[in-house]
Amino acid sequence: MNNNLPADSIEAVTSGLASAGYIASRQIATAVYLAERIEKPILVEGPAGVGKTELAKALAAWRGLKMIRMQCYEGLDEAKALYEWKYAKQLLYTQILKDKLGEVLGGAETLSGALDRLHDFGDVFFSKEFVEPRPLLQALEQPKGCVLLVDEIDKSDAEFESLLLEILSDYQVSIPELGTVVALVKPTVILTSNGERDLSDALKRRCLHLHIGFPEQKLEERIVESRVPGISQSLRTQIVGFINQVRTLDLKKLPSVSETIDWARVLVLLQSTELDHETVKDTLNVLLKYEADIETTMPQVTTFVAKAGRQGVFG
Amino acid sequence: MREELHRFFRAARGAGVRVSPAESIDAMKAVADVGFGDRGILRDTLLLTLAKSQDEKQALGECFDLFFSQPEVKEEETAPEDAAESAQPDAAAAGNRSGDAGAPSPELGELAQMLMSRDRNAIAAAMANAANAAALSDIRYFTQRGIFSTRILDSLGIERLRDDLDALTATSPAEAERLAAALAALRENVRDVVNQALLLYGREESENLRHEILRNAPLARLERRQVEQMKALIRAIARRLRERYSKPRKRQRRGHLDIRRTLRRNAGWGGVPFLTSWKRRHRDRPQIVAICDVSGSVAQVSDFFLLLIHSLHEVVDDVRSFAFSGHLIEVSDILDTKSPEAAMSEIMSKVGFGSSDYGGSLLDFEKGWIRSVTPKTTVIVLGDARTNNLDPRADILRRISERSKRLVWLNPEGRMAWGWGDSEMPRYAAFCSVVRQCATAKQLERAVSDIVAAYQ
Repeated sequence: MNNNLPADSIEAVTSGLASAGYIASRQIATAVYLAERIEKPILVEGPAGVGKTELAKALAAWRGLKMIRMQCYEGLDEAKALYEWKYAKQLLYTQILKDKLGEVLGGAETLSGALDRLHDFGDVFFSKEFVEPRPLLQALEQPKGCVLLVDEIDKSDAEFESLLLEILSDYQVSIPELGTVVALVKPTVILTSNGERDLSDALKRRCLHLHIGFPEQKLEERIVESRVPGISQSLRTQIVGFINQVRTLDLKKLPSVSETIDWARVLVLLQSTELDHETVKDTLNVLLKYEADIETTMPQVTTFVAKAGRQGVFG
Repeated sequence: MREELHRFFRAARGAGVRVSPAESIDAMKAVADVGFGDRGILRDTLLLTLAKSQDEKQALGECFDLFFSQPEVKEEETAPEDAAESAQPDAAAAGNRSGDAGAPSPELGELAQMLMSRDRNAIAAAMANAANAAALSDIRYFTQRGIFSTRILDSLGIERLRDDLDALTATSPAEAERLAAALAALRENVRDVVNQALLLYGREESENLRHEILRNAPLARLERRQVEQMKALIRAIARRLRERYSKPRKRQRRGHLDIRRTLRRNAGWGGVPFLTSWKRRHRDRPQIVAICDVSGSVAQVSDFFLLLIHSLHEVVDDVRSFAFSGHLIEVSDILDTKSPEAAMSEIMSKVGFGSSDYGGSLLDFEKGWIRSVTPKTTVIVLGDARTNNLDPRADILRRISERSKRLVWLNPEGRMAWGWGDSEMPRYAAFCSVVRQCATAKQLERAVSDIVAAYQ
């Protein structure tokens, strides 16, 4: 779709991401722009549901590149992330090629002679043929480049982080039997973290650090507008106004952008044109995921709706 | 501009953002790409490349605003000069004269000419040069303000200016008055510049110094304003300990060959050990029982100790705390559910401020909670062991010690005082695994660190 040259201005990034349905703030656009320019991965941190993963998807869609996603979890290791030898295939081939091997080695007089011939094969069984590429290696082998999303890196073990370092800084992987695999086209790497644990300094140093927080009211309205077509301007303003007030409460989990979008969709489905506190009370469970949070918010709903309503009129 | 960026990196380090050379190279590259045109974008760029956490971003953002607000300060500084000027009776005349800027008598020195012609840009540039010449970015402590101001003024050419001023006073007093006013404004200016530099570059050092003093200050005799700072310090210590000990380390978990299990697993192959089983070294999660004296002089230390131990949730998931002076109560729930301040005041209202009765309190503990002490538990007693000449009941402490993994006694008093007066420390010490002095934040950190490390 698009050419693979880096965008030539921050505005171009903003509009490009917007064309893929992602409304980016200036910080986000700057980060993406710089990531392409100085070829560095972006480490995105922020609360759940503010669009960290979405950024990678939008970037891939805009660039017309493949997105390779690697979901991290505890116990993720080299074999699942980088590459693995196809053991079964190796075994099968040695069985099938047994006769052939016999032929080749048959001519040799002595054991050392046979060994020499065997060496001449090179490492047939440890060649590219038998490597099962996992997401990280796949990302390096894409001929057109790709967007590599390493999702929720904070969930993985500390050892896995160190494994990533080589890829992140040099875009290459060392496989002991094969040598070093260098990226054909350097992929755009996006790492996301929910801050469950602190990442190592070595990893952070190699990345641009982007923190996505809750968006400003205006921006969030635009996000809702692009994500929920057919929503009226006034309802949109009211929804966002209401949610911004909910965020001022002391809750276990604050509603984030994804919840705003879900809620807006629900309200559109219910064909509401205005926020009224009955509907809000009925649909509050879309917004808040803990019983305790709903209990805290319930008594405030009427005030919030009234305030949001006023904003809808004047804003 | 590169020079400017380098100074900004230094300032960023001063603000507590760790900027490594590699990061500064990245930042340089990035800045070369986005240019200096838009301050907002420049700010974003530096924040993206240099700061690596939310806290750092905030610190760096503030630092950026401070750093790049410098030129504005310089313009402001000329304002009082103008004001002083217009307040003069001959203001109108002066105003007119400022039009013909070249007018000042040629025998004046460079600086005097600049001041007389009120050429803001030239003054600002001269000031920046002088600041560079004086290596202003090396400023670290507030005591250095004077010397840096003098240096800057010297390199601006204050000597010559004084001579000029003397000469002018003799020839035209009005001019001299004007110059004197301008000089006063200039001094003010320099002072502002130095103050800002101190704010930018000196923060880290003075912060370190302040921390060092705070860490070694006796907890029991803190001033009111230090208490807040100490709480922040204790939180920082808790964070450090959490980071260090919350990750279960994998190494050395595998122990000796488990012969019984290996034989059983391989029974199918006639006892030929294809699969081996290894004994795993068992690692206990820390269990802590803290018994704190909250009477009089020890109260403050207990306060900080409880604050610390209860903010270590990730590392120590099983803490039971007890507080006593005249009698003993369990305070774990109070500490877990309330804010530190509310919790401490509630504890104090329940048991605090009495004269301490160690024997009675130990008896209370044995009656009510001795079962909470298991062979995995570390029991920590925090107190000065001053029993007011009541029965110390060291026998109960012996029984607690026998039941527990370790018994640690933390005493806020210095070793010299142990055993003097009504202190029963030597009698108790016989049954403790470790007895430590624990009077400052530093000692507190070491004590808690050692206790947690024993479980690693």
